[in-house]
Amino acid sequence: MWQIAIILVIYVPLVILAGHYLYHVTMQQKTWLDPVLNRVDHVIYKLSGIKQVNMTGKQYVLALILTNAFMVFIGYVLLRVQSALFLNPNDVGNMEATLSFNTIISFMTNTNLQHYSGESGLSYMSQMLVITFMMFTSAATGYAACMAFCRRLVAKTDTLGNFFVDFVRVITRVLMPISIIVSIILVSQGSPQTFSANKTVQTIEGKMQDIALGPIASLESIKHVGTNGGGFNGANSTTPFENPTVLTNIVELLSMMLLPGACVVAFSLMVAHRRKKMLFGKQGFVIFAAMSVLFLIGLVTCYVAEQAGNPIISELGITQDLGSMEGKEMRFGVAQSALFTVATTAFTTGSVNNMHDTLTPIGGLVPMFNMMLNVVFGGKGVGLMNMMMYVLLTIFIACLMIGRTPQFLGKKIEEKEMKLIALCILIHPAIILLFSALAVATTAGVAGITNPGAHGLSQVLYEFASSSANNGSGFEGLADNSTFWNVTTGLAMFFGRYLSIIIQLAIASLLAKKMWHSDSVGTLKTDNAMFAFLLVGIVLMIGALTFLPALALGPITEHLQIHF
Amino acid sequence: METASKKSFLTSEMIKSAILGAFKKFNPIYMVKNPVMFVVEIGFIFVLLLTIFPAMLDADASGDDRIYNAIVAFVLFITILFANFAESIAEGRGKAQVQTLKKTKTVTGACVLLPDGSEVMKQAYELKRGDIVLVQAGETIPNDGEVIEGIATVDESAITGESAPVVKERGGDFASVTGGTTVTSDWLKIEITSLPGESFLDKMITLIEGARRKKTPNEIALNTLLVSLTIIFLLVVVTLYPMTTYLNVHIPVATLIALTVCLIPTTIGGLLSAIGIAGMDRVTQFNVIAMSGRAVEACGDVDTLILDKTGTITYGNRMATEFTPVEGVAEKELIRAAWLSSLTDDTPEGKSILSLACKLKVDTADEGMIRDSSVHIPFTAQTRMSGLDMQDGTKIRKGAYDTIRKESIAAGHVIPKDLEQLVHQVSSVGGTPLVVVKNHQILGVIYLKDVVKSGLKERFDQLRAMGIKTIMCTGDNPLTAASIAKESGVDSFIAESKPEDKIKVIKDEQALGRIVAMTGDGTNDAPALAQANVGLAMNSGTNAAKEAANMVDLDSNPTKIIEVVEIGKQLLMTRGALTTFSIANDLAKYFAIIPAMLMAAVPEMSSLNVMMLNSPTSAIISALIFNAVIIPFLIPIAIKGVKYKPMSASKLLNRNLLVYGLGGIIAPFIGIKIIDLLVSPILQMIGL
Repeated sequence: MWQIAIILVIYVPLVILAGHYLYHVTMQQKTWLDPVLNRVDHVIYKLSGIKQVNMTGKQYVLALILTNAFMVFIGYVLLRVQSALFLNPNDVGNMEATLSFNTIISFMTNTNLQHYSGESGLSYMSQMLVITFMMFTSAATGYAACMAFCRRLVAKTDTLGNFFVDFVRVITRVLMPISIIVSIILVSQGSPQTFSANKTVQTIEGKMQDIALGPIASLESIKHVGTNGGGFNGANSTTPFENPTVLTNIVELLSMMLLPGACVVAFSLMVAHRRKKMLFGKQGFVIFAAMSVLFLIGLVTCYVAEQAGNPIISELGITQDLGSMEGKEMRFGVAQSALFTVATTAFTTGSVNNMHDTLTPIGGLVPMFNMMLNVVFGGKGVGLMNMMMYVLLTIFIACLMIGRTPQFLGKKIEEKEMKLIALCILIHPAIILLFSALAVATTAGVAGITNPGAHGLSQVLYEFASSSANNGSGFEGLADNSTFWNVTTGLAMFFGRYLSIIIQLAIASLLAKKMWHSDSVGTLKTDNAMFAFLLVGIVLMIGALTFLPALALGPITEHLQIHF
Repeated sequence: METASKKSFLTSEMIKSAILGAFKKFNPIYMVKNPVMFVVEIGFIFVLLLTIFPAMLDADASGDDRIYNAIVAFVLFITILFANFAESIAEGRGKAQVQTLKKTKTVTGACVLLPDGSEVMKQAYELKRGDIVLVQAGETIPNDGEVIEGIATVDESAITGESAPVVKERGGDFASVTGGTTVTSDWLKIEITSLPGESFLDKMITLIEGARRKKTPNEIALNTLLVSLTIIFLLVVVTLYPMTTYLNVHIPVATLIALTVCLIPTTIGGLLSAIGIAGMDRVTQFNVIAMSGRAVEACGDVDTLILDKTGTITYGNRMATEFTPVEGVAEKELIRAAWLSSLTDDTPEGKSILSLACKLKVDTADEGMIRDSSVHIPFTAQTRMSGLDMQDGTKIRKGAYDTIRKESIAAGHVIPKDLEQLVHQVSSVGGTPLVVVKNHQILGVIYLKDVVKSGLKERFDQLRAMGIKTIMCTGDNPLTAASIAKESGVDSFIAESKPEDKIKVIKDEQALGRIVAMTGDGTNDAPALAQANVGLAMNSGTNAAKEAANMVDLDSNPTKIIEVVEIGKQLLMTRGALTTFSIANDLAKYFAIIPAMLMAAVPEMSSLNVMMLNSPTSAIISALIFNAVIIPFLIPIAIKGVKYKPMSASKLLNRNLLVYGLGGIIAPFIGIKIIDLLVSPILQMIGL
């Protein structure tokens, strides 16, 4: 328990610091890296012909989509021909078409759902030029979208910010520097960073074993900093090369929690920028607090469930003094595993340091529920945007209760916005539930399910929740490299990512163009404890109400069956 | 209409026609306008079919299934019925008013004067804009218009409820007449200003008639939310079916439909249009006609109220409150002189001097004699004084300080040293000083005070608590304005304001992001009324003002804007409160239905049956019944609006959340349990 507390205590000052830095980067204010990076940026702008002109919301989204589409195209081709290209010491073959489709969407949408195993499915070139490259660009895409969104909420015009500039600045000023630091720490702890081929060694048992090597540390750092989550190896952060020690575990935890939280801090500063300098703007703090409450509820539930263990295992005469250790690494234990599980799904990273399939039913319900809500900090900026949808919804209901027409940051929320907000909130459950229903109703879908009964349904729900939330963690156990699963999860990731971003930026554009209204004692206070409480309530009500029947059939049934 | 507002909440006649209306509304063409209830209707038809043909979907359905389906179908039926009933009741209350108004509309004909001077009789609906009609005593004015000739009294009680006739004449603020009102004396020549069917009365009828009521922007936005919640829950249930099939759990279709209906926001969905109709109706009951629902909603958002001083904050007239003699003059002498000076003065100010003097025990024994024998000297703009010349040659005057002073000096009198100070004292507290002289000798000063309407200070305090700022506009000098502002408790004031200043104030406030409301009556108020977000025109005012405004107060009471703001807030609050209640209800319904639904396949689910409901069947039916009966329980709230006391937004939110949020979570747990206790023995009897 104290391990968790210490990590969270370290997290708070770090996130505030990072938030201020992010704010400076977003608002094009001075930072201490400017003397060097301004030059770097200008070279990039010049080489790629980026004119630093302000864009309207529509132009911004279009630039974002086209850039992503271009990268998808290049990445897909590379995966399909990787065997013939350089840096392939392990002689990995070309990737199959539907798996390439799934993989490329998975990495472009920042999901990092992996239906392949890195050590056998990708060449070093693909690991670097496709996987690691997209880890940077997809994270930058998410941050850029979030910045465009937040700036429009506080602005009085829709023409501001340039996608390409935001995109470049986030990579050079935020993702690169932090990744370099994290890589060095990982290498110091034993993560490999090499181009040499896999080694085949004789173990003490006298058997031969392949030891997968490669440029692991560089991928590992951006995997967490960019809340990507796709491992170099199939077993992700459970393997000693990706996550060698408790120290690296903490570094990985902090680096995936850092930027999503910092986004909220940066947003808080944008809202408060008219007033004097402050540590944490009140409006943003309320949202941060609401996210923290949801995070802590999940964390405590998961930790308690894992610590309590599985009664059936106890009946077999196996002691569970350490909690339920099935599928967990001895070096991390229940506390760090539970924290990692909750953090990786709340911050929608998707890397795992234990097998989520073997969590207790309630312990496994928490990560699933985090992804179903998709607003508990969430990934790389889009989490904040998703939460803002609930903020707007809460304001709509709360404003009516005080007899005002709804208004946020001085902008009225009217019919058009409400339609888009409702649509945006609807997309996520629709994707999860419809695809899950499709999977259990078709033979192709059922073929992938490896567990009978309720647990099998949990696997399906988890897979689609993970895809739609762009999380990418796997419940595992699902035989998911088939045409059905590659295509359905690919579509889930695609719609979950781009539909949301387009709609959310459209809402921000609409609000940006609106007339501004002042606040008074008669308007709704959206920056106090009451609002945070209400926000948590609405998120739980809508989230819980939508998924409760499905969860009742899956993990809740499982829980009741092993306990009663 | 006065009587309308005092009418009891419901009459048996209204209930009768509402029940009839509720059945008529089952027509799917009508229902589709309310998507939430339309889903219930489709569910109802489906379960009804399953009752008639139980084997439609499931070949081995038993007779028990038929009974169960029939019960579910029946509860769904009454759910729709209750929602339709709510809407009909709300419409019925408006209809009663429309009936009265429509009676007024049945005008037979009008005498049209042609340009060549001849007269033609035409029907009211044939009149065009620009026609000139002659209306004699006892006839009804055929349509809205402006008086161009004649002077007459008009009975406007059909519109305003005020029985005392009003004088109408050419020019000024009394030139506009409303169709449907009756001339009670003399005659008027009227130029018709609106087309048949577009008169003020027609607009009123259209507005009140719920059926033709347009949905307001906020109502549309809320409806969007409700529709998307409905879609979400439809998805939840539709996808539940394959999932349960995969797990080999059999759930009857009627149960899935029951779950859908319980989860979708039927409570607010069923009451939403009733709330809107009733909200507009409350405004009308208040004798205010809103030109659109949008205007009423905007009222809830008002940040700044711009009020005229005269007539709104103060009674129109100034009243004498004090007599102060100059040094060397006895108070008695001044009082007597002041009394004499006003004896023949019929102005309200003069009358107030008389009553104050009488209160101070002036000698009134010779009143009749003096009245008969003296000559009245009226006030003119040149002399700026009035009074009387008595039979014995004594000249008594009261008037403005400057002119009296000049006359007195000209007559060779010494100006008392303390006079200027006395005059200044009065004007510094916002009063008007009148100097009294007897044969050019100055006796003292009368303090005329602008009297602030009683209870306004408290009202303004309430408004401040609600976050509404009040600005007073007055033509008075800054000193007077400041003093009235202080006494009435307005937040700020504009002194020496001209009509164009009002527009400027409104624009300035709007530039600061505020929603502005104002009242006005004169033609020169029209641009400001149009500029303001909420403009309330007085019915006594000109047509130009009425057309520019988005609301008209039939009683011509400018203070009423405060109540209208409260009604606007109440309308939005009622929607918000019932939405919250409706969504909060779902938690308990889940706890009733989900365990019940899955208990057959997963017996361990019984541990989630926290309400200890008797059986799965009774749990589902109880939840469904609760879902239906909560609608009529909430009809009074929907129609009367939630209770509203002026307070700050934060306090209001806390209070409403506690009542409708927490209440909405707890109430169904209790309600479903009670219904289960009542229903389960019956279900056992019929073997379910």
